Amino acid sequence: MAKRKKDEILHDHNNDGVDRRGFLKCMAWAGTGALCVMEGGILKSYSLSRLGEITAREMAGELSFVQISDSHMGFNKPANPDVAGTLKSAVQKINGLSKPPEFMLHTGDISHLSKPEEFDTVDQILKSANAKDVFFVPGEHDVLNDDGKSYLERYGKNAKGAGWYSFDKKGVHFIALVNVMNLKAGGLGTLGHEQLEWIEDDVQHLKSSTPIVVFAHIPLWSVYPEWGWGTEDSAQALAYLKKFGSVTVLNGHIHQIMQKVEGNVTFHTAASTAFPQPQPGKADSPGPMKVPAEQLKNVLGITDVNYVQGRNALAVVDSTLA
Amino acid sequence: MMRKSVCIVGLLATVMVATLLLSAGSPGSSANTAEPASAEVKVDNFSFGPATLTVAVGTTVTWTNRDDIPHTIVSTDKVFKSKVLDTDEKFSFTFSKAGTYPYFCSIHPKMTGSVVVQ
Repeated sequence: MAKRKKDEILHDHNNDGVDRRGFLKCMAWAGTGALCVMEGGILKSYSLSRLGEITAREMAGELSFVQISDSHMGFNKPANPDVAGTLKSAVQKINGLSKPPEFMLHTGDISHLSKPEEFDTVDQILKSANAKDVFFVPGEHDVLNDDGKSYLERYGKNAKGAGWYSFDKKGVHFIALVNVMNLKAGGLGTLGHEQLEWIEDDVQHLKSSTPIVVFAHIPLWSVYPEWGWGTEDSAQALAYLKKFGSVTVLNGHIHQIMQKVEGNVTFHTAASTAFPQPQPGKADSPGPMKVPAEQLKNVLGITDVNYVQGRNALAVVDSTLA
Repeated sequence: MMRKSVCIVGLLATVMVATLLLSAGSPGSSANTAEPASAEVKVDNFSFGPATLTVAVGTTVTWTNRDDIPHTIVSTDKVFKSKVLDTDEKFSFTFSKAGTYPYFCSIHPKMTGSVVVQ
């Protein structure tokens, strides 16, 4: 693994059959240097001085992949006038990992305004990453003017409906969901009836020991409904995943790192590669947050996920671009 | 600070509209001689200001996006629908029939507003 820098969070979820009551929640800014470790269903905080030994123990796995999110190509406001530059930094970070990731997930808002040239730029930059494949889901910024038609033409060749699909890698079942279409006035993200039925069908023949990774743009848990940071019908989707011992949900959209554990499900949101957004309720609106230029890379980042076969454990590590 | 000034602008707009309404409603006023009415809604800080705008029939309402993030103006009842508005872009619609027209931003559906046409 890459040399760990200060500002990281480590999140390790062991599927040990422990019945977890209530939920544990961990939230930290990438720039604060907080470190959280999930062990035996208990969330623990460690000082940064222990980061080295923990990553060394956890990072030898069967499968590692990287999540990037919210590149917002085309955005050029003061919060970050060079989103192409920070995406390139993210790719450099990925290429610096000691073991190349198997693939990348992009959890949406690839573009800022759904323009073809914005998608082109992202595709071009991601080509220089040492991971072979990129799996995408759309953010609301990727489906602005044509109900997602041009997004689907570019990224949805093997997808169903509005762009959902699943695939298997080394025993892990990945489910890509779309929750940014047909949003209703006053509402949150939505999956819709057709997609929910597909999820039920997609997982019904899988063994309950199969580790599941779900990824979608808008969080599948209620981060802050007042700002629309949640998905109306996510409970139904998660109900179909109840039988599985290990479920990891990866989201973007909120441009900051948050984690939560509820029963068998670990929720995780990734930082943006473009600009940070305020913590829930800590500003008048969820608009882009301006930070001093020298601090910007501390609040942007990538997420590196490592799966250790036989232990059903996924370790999720966030790195800043600094 | 920003928010406060927006509220004041919103209030002013409401007062202006109320004044317009009063003059339009006074006896003897003729629709033919009156200037075409217009009203403004500012899209700022992920909200519409004013959230509820009351105008006379025939008024053209113009929305201006003042945010760093794109928004849309979409009628809940599919009466009007803007393209995506980037920073400082505008969308106008002329209300020719009385009624209440709820609308929202289809990208950020928590953003809702309405135009009441009398």
